[in-house]
Amino acid sequence: MKNWIDRQRNIVDFTLSSLLRRKKKNAALIFVYTLVVFSLSSVLFFSQSLKKEASIILKEAPEMVIQKIVAGRHEQIPTSYIAKIEDIRGITELKARLWGYYYDPVTGANYTLVVNEDSGLSPGTIAIGNGVAKVRLAFKGDTIEFKAYDGKIFELEVREILSPESSLVSADLIVISEEDFRRLFSIPNDRATDLILRVANPRELPTIALKIAERLPDTRQVLTDDILRTYDAVFNWRSGLMIAIFSGALLAFIIFAWDKASGLSAEERREIGILKAIGWETSDVILMKFWEGLVVSLSAFLIGVILGYIHIFLTSARLFAPVLKGWAVLYPQFKITPFIDGALIASLFFFTVVPYTAATIIPSWKAAIVDPDSVMR
Amino acid sequence: MIELKAVKKSFNTGKPNEFVAIQGISMLLEAHKATVFKGPSGSGKTTLLSLIGCMTRPTSGRIWLLGREITSLPERFLTELRRKTFGFIFQQLNLIKGITALENAMLPAYPAGDRYESIKKRGMDLFDRFDIASKAHAKTEWLSGGEAQRVAMARALINDPDVIIADEPTAHLDTHLSKEFMEMLGGLKQGGKTLLLASHDPIVCESQVADRVVNLRDGKIEEDTK
Repeated sequence: MKNWIDRQRNIVDFTLSSLLRRKKKNAALIFVYTLVVFSLSSVLFFSQSLKKEASIILKEAPEMVIQKIVAGRHEQIPTSYIAKIEDIRGITELKARLWGYYYDPVTGANYTLVVNEDSGLSPGTIAIGNGVAKVRLAFKGDTIEFKAYDGKIFELEVREILSPESSLVSADLIVISEEDFRRLFSIPNDRATDLILRVANPRELPTIALKIAERLPDTRQVLTDDILRTYDAVFNWRSGLMIAIFSGALLAFIIFAWDKASGLSAEERREIGILKAIGWETSDVILMKFWEGLVVSLSAFLIGVILGYIHIFLTSARLFAPVLKGWAVLYPQFKITPFIDGALIASLFFFTVVPYTAATIIPSWKAAIVDPDSVMR
Repeated sequence: MIELKAVKKSFNTGKPNEFVAIQGISMLLEAHKATVFKGPSGSGKTTLLSLIGCMTRPTSGRIWLLGREITSLPERFLTELRRKTFGFIFQQLNLIKGITALENAMLPAYPAGDRYESIKKRGMDLFDRFDIASKAHAKTEWLSGGEAQRVAMARALINDPDVIIADEPTAHLDTHLSKEFMEMLGGLKQGGKTLLLASHDPIVCESQVADRVVNLRDGKIEEDTK
């Protein structure tokens, strides 16, 4: 065993001094390689973390949302629908919800307006997300003007600024009283945006959804799982978009790495011949090339992943945010909770380190199985 | 010590450009002696050394080393023999550029799994012996012809082999350095090494060190002088 360790040590030692001979070439290779790993890991870390955050947020979300559909479009739902379905067994909570979007011509941003009974807001007051506060330069106690459906202006006082912890969802949020909401958009008292319900046993959800569909044929039932699936699709699409943008760079790197790794130069072939002639076995040569490939790819992998981590979790994805976070005018200023998925790291490793290392070994093996007497000539 | 029986080596066998480099040579090479293979270019000197040094296999015939038939051994055993039994000094020296002279000399010992420090010590001892200790950490491309030759010699001796094989060792040396080199070989012979040299340089062939001169021509022994 000790002998084996010393053999590895000796060969690694030679590999390192061998790599140092071509400092510039190898440094350039590691630099490009690191850039690719950095881009890939940043995209993956970011989309994974957003998905994770979304699923954490949705854990608190209602298990089902009921929307009235007219001609395939979402319509206001009559609150009388509650009475038609509240006796379905398994439902633990059922209530009407009021929410909507408000376009602010002053800032060009869309706000999400939500009525929350638990907020304790009295008519004439609102609570705003930090994104809104920032674009409107609003502080607690200030008033913000709103233009109602009929063009009349009315002012609402900022009672509270929502904590930045939940800014991904609350950046553009305005919590408003029911009375003000109805007045702003002219929504009758017997109408709501949608209905939400919670159930005792989530496994009963499909059955409950079916019963509601029977009793309220003009509604659609949206389950939390459907929302999660949509989030997944959206984030996957966005990260896919980023990967598509980077695929050009990735392809260039693959060609570069393949050329570097697979095509041995005449000098390298000669060196392999010398090593064989002075008593290195084919396996020793392959071991040396294995270490060489591993040193290059593992260094690039580790540096790339660490930089990707710093970029996403410490600088809040400064470079990619505009593309990855979506189209909102109010980009949320928030720190993503560091989240590392072992499977993600493993797949990154297998897609970057393994192919490169393998690509270095194969041509060396081909060069190492020839007779060593070529160096005698 | 080394015995060759009807050894033949041809290249591109069966093709129109087939070339027979060695045409059935049989001979016995004694231990602790210096044998010089002499002959013009293309006479088969280098091929014969490659065959004896287990670098390539004969097309037909057999070779025995210390009574053990080596021509049919698998590649792995031949490599081990090359590492342990033979030390090579190539015509082109074949030092690896970009690494130090000492690292070059240590290379044959790396796969054996000896401790790095012990290999380094052995290398430094040889550098001391050949008076090139001050060049140990110099890159090989900075060395003079004579210094590079000594590094190649240290590399050949790092695993303390029984046989030293040198192909045209004085080809790139001037008269003074060639004589000095032969003196060093003489020292090795006295130390119990078997020397096999290929050369057409009179300094080598007519040296006191040479116990036997085998004259080759067209892959056959033309003359064998002891």
